[in-house]
This record gives sequence, C-alpha cells and structure tokens, in this order.
Amino acid sequence: MKQTEWTPLDRNAIARRVAQDIPEGWYVNLGIGVPTLVADNVPPDREVVFHAENGILGIGPAPEPGKVNPWLINAGKQHITLVSGGAYFHHADSFSMIRGRHLDLCVLGAYEVSAGGDLANWARSSHDTAPAVGGAMDLAVGANRVWVAMQHVTKEGAPRLVERCSYPLTTMSCVKRIYTDLAVIDVTPQGFAVREIIEGLSFEALQDMTGAPLMRPDPA
Amino acid sequence: MIDKFSPTIAEALQGIPDAATVLLGGFGAVGQANLLIEGLLETGVSNLTIVANNAGYGTVGLARLLKAGRVRKLICSYPRIVGSTIFEELYSAGKLELELVPQGTLAERMRAAGAGIPAFYTPTGANTLLSKGKETRDYAGLLHVLEQALPGDVALIEAWEADRWGNLTYREAGRNFNPVCAMAARLTIAQTQHVRELGELNPEHIVTPGIFVDRVVHVPCGDPVG
Repeated sequence: MKQTEWTPLDRNAIARRVAQDIPEGWYVNLGIGVPTLVADNVPPDREVVFHAENGILGIGPAPEPGKVNPWLINAGKQHITLVSGGAYFHHADSFSMIRGRHLDLCVLGAYEVSAGGDLANWARSSHDTAPAVGGAMDLAVGANRVWVAMQHVTKEGAPRLVERCSYPLTTMSCVKRIYTDLAVIDVTPQGFAVREIIEGLSFEALQDMTGAPLMRPDPA
Repeated sequence: MIDKFSPTIAEALQGIPDAATVLLGGFGAVGQANLLIEGLLETGVSNLTIVANNAGYGTVGLARLLKAGRVRKLICSYPRIVGSTIFEELYSAGKLELELVPQGTLAERMRAAGAGIPAFYTPTGANTLLSKGKETRDYAGLLHVLEQALPGDVALIEAWEADRWGNLTYREAGRNFNPVCAMAARLTIAQTQHVRELGELNPEHIVTPGIFVDRVVHVPCGDPVG
C-alpha cells in the first residue's frame, strides 16, 4: 500500500462531524454504533431532543457509575438518563412519531448505501442465521431526513458506497447524506456529491475507495 | 364489586389453551412479565405462537418457554440480542418458525387489532425481503405494503401500579409494548409491582384503563435484571 498523508477519522470524530450539522430544535433518532455517539457531541447549550424507539424523548448523557437506573434503557438496551422535559410513551406512539414523519432526522449505521440513496443495514444476506430488523425499516422510511454514519470501506477494503447494494435492502432511496471516516457525501438526484474530504486525501484517492462515481465538491 | 386481582399466578393464567397466540410486552429486560411467562410453562400449554419484540435472553421468561419446546412460532422484530442463545440454537436447528416484522409494523399491527382495524397500508418494508408475497399499492407515488392486524388470544404484560379495576401505570422504559399488547388481546393478564386502592391512581396518569385488562396479579419482583 502506498504511503498515505492522511488519517481517517475515528468513530468519535465521525460522530462529532455529524453533530456539527444538527441544529437546535430538531427531534433526532440515533441508531446503534457510531450514531449513538452523536448525542454526546452536541454542545450542551444546543437543545436537540433525542428519541428512542422504546418510548423515550429527551435522552440525556450516559449515567455516572453507581447511578444506573435499571428501568431506563435506550433501543440498544444501554442504560441512559432522561433530561428535564423528557417524556415516556408506548411503542405505538413511539413509532407514530417515526412513521408519521415527526422526526427531523435519523442517523443510522449501514453496510452499504447506493448512489440512489438505497440503504442496506439490517441483514448481511437473505439467509442470515439469525435475522433481526428492529426499527431500521420504520426509521428509514419515516424520518424526514436519513443520514448515515459509517466507515467508507469494509475491513477488507471493499467500498460501502456502491452503485447497487448487494446486501438486502432496508429501504429504497432514503439516504440524504453520508458521513464516513474519509468524507461527507450528499446523495443527489445525479448521484454521490462530495461535500468534504479529510485533510490530505485527494478526490482521486477517495474515488478509488468508492464503488460509484463521485461528483467534485462545489468550489464555493 | 369488580375485582380483577387473582391471588396467584396460576389462577391468573387459568384457561389458556394450547396453540394460543400470546402477546408479550417488554423491551430487552425492561417491562417483561417474566413470572407470568414462566407461570405459562407450569400450566403445560404448548404449540404456542409468541409475539414479542425480542426472543428472550439468558434463562428467564421467554427463553425458558422456548427451551422447554412450548413455542411453535415466534413473531418478532429483533430476536437476536445479547444473551438470546436459546433462540439462536432453536432457530438454527430449524425447531422454531420465525416471522420477522419491522418494529413499528409489529406495534401498529397490535394497535390495529385493538382498534378494530383489520389491516393497513404502510411504506415500511416495501421493496424488501420482509414484504415478499404481500399485497402492495401506490399512494402518492410511494409503494405501500398491506399489513394485517395482529390480535392475541392472550397478552402477558408488566405494570408498575394497578388497582382492582385493572387501571395500570408503568415505569419509565417499562411501558414499551405493554399498553399496545393490553388492547390487542381477548384476555389480558397483568403482573404488577404495586397495588393501589381504587381512586388512589390519578386518573390523569393512568396509561392503560381497566377496560383493556382482565386479570391482575401482584408480583413485586423488583428491578429488571439483564
């Protein structure tokens, strides 16, 4: 492999970059993995309300050791806290918020995203040994914006941004923006449009690690 | 005098037949009516269809029912969680039928059953493996899938407080699927952590009104573990 002069963002740095783009007042659902880290990266003076599928609005920071409330978990089954102004509700109401288009944003992890915005994030094959879908399809269809936070390539170096998803689809044409460890990329009607590249990485090198054509960042 | 309290778990569970469809509240370890589920094991019923978000964990509640071979079919959104080893063994050995349902569709199918809606269209799951063979229709240019209501013969739920009319409150994330299951079953049985006198619960704070609840049993089992 050739000498590189760039360092990919770590998981927390991807989350921090996503958090920068979330304005005050949005209602946001965060998926499992890197997306979960986004909450802690929103500045504390910016009021963003985080939703959990299992009936919570107003997720706060992780509890301090010794102060865990065993009754309060998020959709990833991790213990959480509730902020002032938070609320509890049942599952049908919770998914009415999702499916009824009340969420401003959902940030999800993914195996693959296609140039048309198709999302594959729930199963690795149609013969998964123990498939599980959870709320992924509801969120991908229902949130007003779907952003993906993920690694740009697989552990083996294969692109995750592709022409067509090879993994089973979660939802067609739903992803609007992708935050990877290498770039921020919008899904546009014309395909993937690069908005930002990490320092030191060339457009051409990024294109080499991407499975579909990229459009150059707008010089403006 | 209306009194929905049963003195024991065994009495609360009387009359559940083989091959019943049983709706289970709970999400992860929180809000699961584990002692009612384990009581179901004692009744000897088998060939059950279980509807639940998760497929049990460790060796309590649903995991015990699965291990004992009492479940024919599982209707579930997220069966694979940390500790769901009994489910994984049975499923990979082909000993358990699984119907995988998106979580919101699972909740809405039960809500629909409780609200007298036989089926509904939703865009969730359209163009995916999970809508294979289902009727579809375009609304506003978007493909929708026809999903059927999911009524239960029985619902087993966990409440935080209950009075003798079956009015229920829940605690924090323990609410989850419980109120939805309560309205979707012909026979709803609640285990409650606390008993309140009639009139003691603030009517503004009752989450599941007693009309959705048939039997209640006092099971002060403490905090969720898992």
